[in-house]
Amino acid sequence: MAVATGERMMARATGRSAERVLGWCALVAMSVSIIMSLVVAPADAEQGNVQRLMYVHVPSAWLAYLSFFIVFVASIAYLRTKKIRWDRLAAASCEVGVLFVALTIFLGMLWGKPVWGTWWTWDPRITTTTILLLIYVGYLAVRRLPESPARRARWCAVIGIVGFIDVPIVQLSVTWWRSLHQGPTVRLLGETTMAPIMLWTLLIAVAAFTVMYCYLVTLRLRVGRLEDRALGEALSPRLAATPPAPPVAEPAEEVTPRG
Amino acid sequence: MIAAQDLRKTYGPTLVLDGVSFALARGQCLALLGPNGAGKTTLLRLLATLLRPTAGALQIAGVDALREPERVRPLLGVVAHGSYVYEDLTARENLRFWCRLYGIDAGSVDEALDRVGLGRDANTRVAGFSQGMRQRVAVARALLRRAELLLLDEPYAGLDDTAKETVDGLIAETGGRGSTVILATHDRTRGAGAHRTIYVDGGRIVPDPTDPALGPAPRPAGAAE
Amino acid sequence: MTFARQTLAVAGKDVRIEVRGRYGAGTALPFAATVLIAFGLALGPGRTLLQATAPGLLWIAMLFAAVLSFRRAFEAEGEDGALEGLLLAPVDKAAVFLGKAAAVALQLLVLEAAIVLMVSALFDLAFGGDVLVWMAALVLGTIGLAAVGSLFGVLAESPRAREAVFPLLVLPLVTPILLAGVRATTLAIDGLGSQAGSWLGLMLAFDVVFVAAGTIVFEYLMED
Repeated sequence: MAVATGERMMARATGRSAERVLGWCALVAMSVSIIMSLVVAPADAEQGNVQRLMYVHVPSAWLAYLSFFIVFVASIAYLRTKKIRWDRLAAASCEVGVLFVALTIFLGMLWGKPVWGTWWTWDPRITTTTILLLIYVGYLAVRRLPESPARRARWCAVIGIVGFIDVPIVQLSVTWWRSLHQGPTVRLLGETTMAPIMLWTLLIAVAAFTVMYCYLVTLRLRVGRLEDRALGEALSPRLAATPPAPPVAEPAEEVTPRG
Repeated sequence: MIAAQDLRKTYGPTLVLDGVSFALARGQCLALLGPNGAGKTTLLRLLATLLRPTAGALQIAGVDALREPERVRPLLGVVAHGSYVYEDLTARENLRFWCRLYGIDAGSVDEALDRVGLGRDANTRVAGFSQGMRQRVAVARALLRRAELLLLDEPYAGLDDTAKETVDGLIAETGGRGSTVILATHDRTRGAGAHRTIYVDGGRIVPDPTDPALGPAPRPAGAAE
Repeated sequence: MTFARQTLAVAGKDVRIEVRGRYGAGTALPFAATVLIAFGLALGPGRTLLQATAPGLLWIAMLFAAVLSFRRAFEAEGEDGALEGLLLAPVDKAAVFLGKAAAVALQLLVLEAAIVLMVSALFDLAFGGDVLVWMAALVLGTIGLAAVGSLFGVLAESPRAREAVFPLLVLPLVTPILLAGVRATTLAIDGLGSQAGSWLGLMLAFDVVFVAAGTIVFEYLMED
C-alpha cells in the first residue's frame, strides 16, 4: 500500500514539468544561499573567512547521508516489488550521493588545512565519510558489471541496504578508535554557539542543497530512462528486420558419444 | 497441471518469448520442439521458476507459480544444461547430498548410478567427468527424485545410445506413475512418443511445419496469435 | 528436513569440498604468509615497530585470506550451476546462507590459527596475556567476516565480479571488525583484556546485524 502511494508520488515528482520547476527552484535557492554565505553572514571570529566553507561542507555531508538513505529505501522497495524504477532511483541517488560525499571530504580537507595545519586528521567523521564513499563506489562498480540488469539490480539493492545499516556501526567503531588518542578536540564547528544569522545561513544552505539534490536525481532518472530506451531501440530494429527463420526439419543428429 | 497464459520474456530490449500459452493435464507428456534459439530453454526455465516472465501468468498444480515459486519447486525435477554438480565431490557424494536436501532415502543412490552406467565411476570426482557423464548424473538424480513434474531440456545431448535409452526409461517411468513430463528437444524422433507436441519458433508457438496433420496444441481462447 | 539439518547439510557439503580441494592450504595460507612477509620487509627490520604493529598485521592478513576464501566458496557453486540446484531444492534459502557462512567460518578459523603462529614467529610477539579475550576476538571477527563474505560471495559467481569488485565491496564494510579486532587483540596481549569489553561488544553487534541481514536478504540474491 505504502509502496503504491510512493510510486504515484514518484511518478508525479519526476515528470518533465516537475524537473523544470525543480531546476529553477534549485537555481534560485543556490543563488540565495551563495549570497548569504559569502556576503550576509559575518566572518567567524576565530577562523576568519575560511569558516564560510561550513555553508558548503555541512550541507554536502547532510546530502550525502540523505542520498544514501534514499538508496536504502529504494533498494528495499526494489527487492519487494522488483520494479525497475526503484533500482533506477537507487542508482541515481547513489551517483549524486557519491558526488556529494567526495565534495564533503574535499571541502573537509580544504577547511582542515588552515585550521589544523594538516590535510588529513583521521578525525572520526572524515574517516567514516571516506569509508562511506568506498562502500558506495563499490555499489557503482557493481553497476558497471556486464550482467543482466535484473541480477545487477538485485546485487546493488543488497549493497544499498547492507551498506546503510553498516554506517552507524562504522561510525561508532571509528569514533572509539579515534578517542584512544587525545587528538585535537576542537571540532571544526566548535563548541561556541553560532550567531543566529550564521545558523540561518546554514539552514538556508541545507535547504538549497536539498532542492539541488532533488533536481539532480530527477535529471539523472530521466537520463536513466532515456538510456534504457536508447538501448532498446538500438537493438530491436535488428530483431524486427530478421524474420523468424522458416522452420526446417532438423535432421536427426547423431551426436558422437563423448562419454 | 500446468496452465500458461501469454508468457512473455524480454532480456532488456530482446524479446525472447512472445505470448506463449498452453495447458497441460497431469500425467501427460509434452514435447517442445523447435530450432535452436527458438526460446525452448527460456520457456522451460520459466516453467521451472528459475526465471520470471516479463508478462503473463503461470499456474502449476493450481498454485500461482509467479507469486509462490517456493510452493511449486518441491514438485519439480529438472534435467537441463547445467548438471548442478559439485566438481570436488564424487558422483555418489553429489547424489547423496541432493538426497539429503530433498529428504530422499540415500539407499538407492548406487542403484541409480548403475542404471545410468556410472556404477564404476561412482567414487570418482566429477571434475574428471565429460559433459555426457555429468548429464548422466543429472539423469540419475531425476530417477531418484521421482518428481511430480519433470522438465527436460535437451537431455540427449552428449549421450550415447544406451544412455539415451535410459533417459527414455526415465520419461516412461515418470509417466507411468502419473506424473507430468515436458521435454524440450530438437531431436524429433525422441519427441515422437509424447502425448502432445508444441512447436516453438521465434518465441511463439507456431504450427508444426513437418506434420500438418498434428497441428499446434489447442490454445485457450484469447491467446496471442 | 528441519532448518537446522538443512544448514548442517549445506555446511557439511562445503566443508567436504574444501577439504577435498584444499584451497585454504594451497592458496589462502601462502597468500597470508606472503602478505605478512611483505609487511615485515616494508616495516622492518626494527623489532619494536614490528612487534607494535603485529596485531594489526594479523588482522590484515586475516582479512585478505578471508576474501580469497569467500571467492572460492562460491566458485564451487558456479561450476555447473549448482547454485541453481540449491535454489530449486526445497531448502530454506536462509539455511543455505547460514550453512555456507558456517563452513567458511570454520575454514577461516583454521587459517587464523596458522596466521597467529606465523605472526608470532615473524614479529616476535608472544600471544600470551588474556588468551581467552583475543581468542574471543578472533572468533567474533570470523563470524562477522563469514557473514559478509557469504552474503556478497554470491557476486563471486560471476567471474568478472570476482576479480576486483568483490574485495572493494567487502573491505570497507568490515572496517568495524578490523578496528575492534585489532584493539581487542592488542589489549588482550598486553594483559589488559578487561578493557576490551566494549570492542568485543561492538563485534558481537556487527555479527548479529550482518547474520540477521544475510538471513533475510540472501534469498533475493539467489533468484534470477
